[in-house]
Amino acid sequence: MANQLHVEVVAVEEKVWSGEAEMLVARTTEGEIGVLPGHSPLLGLLTEPSQVRVKLAGGEQLTYDVAGGFLSIDANGVTVLAESATAATPESH
Amino acid sequence: MAGQVQALRRRIRTVKSTKKIAKAQELVATSRIAKAQERVNASRPYAEAITKVLGALATNASVDNPLLVARERVQRAGVLLITSDRGLAGAYNANAIRTAEQLIAQLKSEGKEVAVYIVGRKGLGFYRFRNRPVAASWTGFSERPSFADAKRIGDALIEAFEAGSDADGTFGPENIEGVDELHIVSTEFKSLMTQSANAKPLAPVQVEKQEKKSSELKAAYEFEPEADELLDALLPKYLNTRLYAALLDSAASESASRRRAMKSASDNADDLLKRYTREMNSARQAAITQEISEIVGGANALAAAGSDV
Repeated sequence: MANQLHVEVVAVEEKVWSGEAEMLVARTTEGEIGVLPGHSPLLGLLTEPSQVRVKLAGGEQLTYDVAGGFLSIDANGVTVLAESATAATPESH
Repeated sequence: MAGQVQALRRRIRTVKSTKKIAKAQELVATSRIAKAQERVNASRPYAEAITKVLGALATNASVDNPLLVARERVQRAGVLLITSDRGLAGAYNANAIRTAEQLIAQLKSEGKEVAVYIVGRKGLGFYRFRNRPVAASWTGFSERPSFADAKRIGDALIEAFEAGSDADGTFGPENIEGVDELHIVSTEFKSLMTQSANAKPLAPVQVEKQEKKSSELKAAYEFEPEADELLDALLPKYLNTRLYAALLDSAASESASRRRAMKSASDNADDLLKRYTREMNSARQAAITQEISEIVGGANALAAAGSDV
């Protein structure tokens, strides 16, 4: 699974989603960021409120509305930490 | 004699209904423990991740955030005491309050003023009854705390902490009664049988810096925004997470404590029932025996009187 990105979306009260994805798109306070497998380690604060999109292998996309969130990328993958994260209706694309 | 039987019967009825209540409470508490533990487990991934991130951040950022620095002179200390809203939980509240009192006495002996913050109606009642000042209190969620509750408490505590006590005039605006350090007294859920109340420092936050392991290449993080700014944003979140964990742990302990108290109450009711039933039976038997001997005695007396005629 070299070309897969391990993604975890974790809210305070529960783990919302975890799995392998192609790409993760989020908006930090500095700007929009797309994370592909092998991204260099990064800690980012997400804008308030914010949406995180997880692009899955089959072209599917998961979207989460995130409040009070931040993002941590390390060698193991991406972790989105949020005070609350709820699945939003996926945009048509 | 018949009066005694009646009295015992009435007492048995009372014990039976008390037992029903205790039994129901026990069952409710049992299911609450499981639920509370589930929530403790569900909150663990976030707590672990934020601790890791904060460790990484602290090694990279300059450590001058007011939430991290220990104040030189501590004039006022805040103590957050977590108790339950309802009683019938054995020694749960008594233990938590005793631990808090010990901490308060110790802080006072160090020459610090103490501001008490309370979660739960029982703790609040304790301080109200003794006419002691309470800086702030939150009630109504001790059995099912949500993160929003923790955040509400956390925001108030952080505000007080950032205001400072004005002892040295370095922190925050003046004329706000703040605190220079924060402690939390909560009950740790060790197992179904053991829960222990203990006090821990909450702020200033002690972050474990990541040890540099030679075998492991330390991740050189990029930061968006700058590390210091990020730290400012993350520290309150971290505190809230710690509070939330303490609330959940205390909720599990409360239920475990209540279950045990209610279990011994219903066991005790069983013993009482057995004893009273036995007493009632022997009282009834004694009454019957007496009645028979009275009848026999009466008949004999009549027979003797008849044969005389």
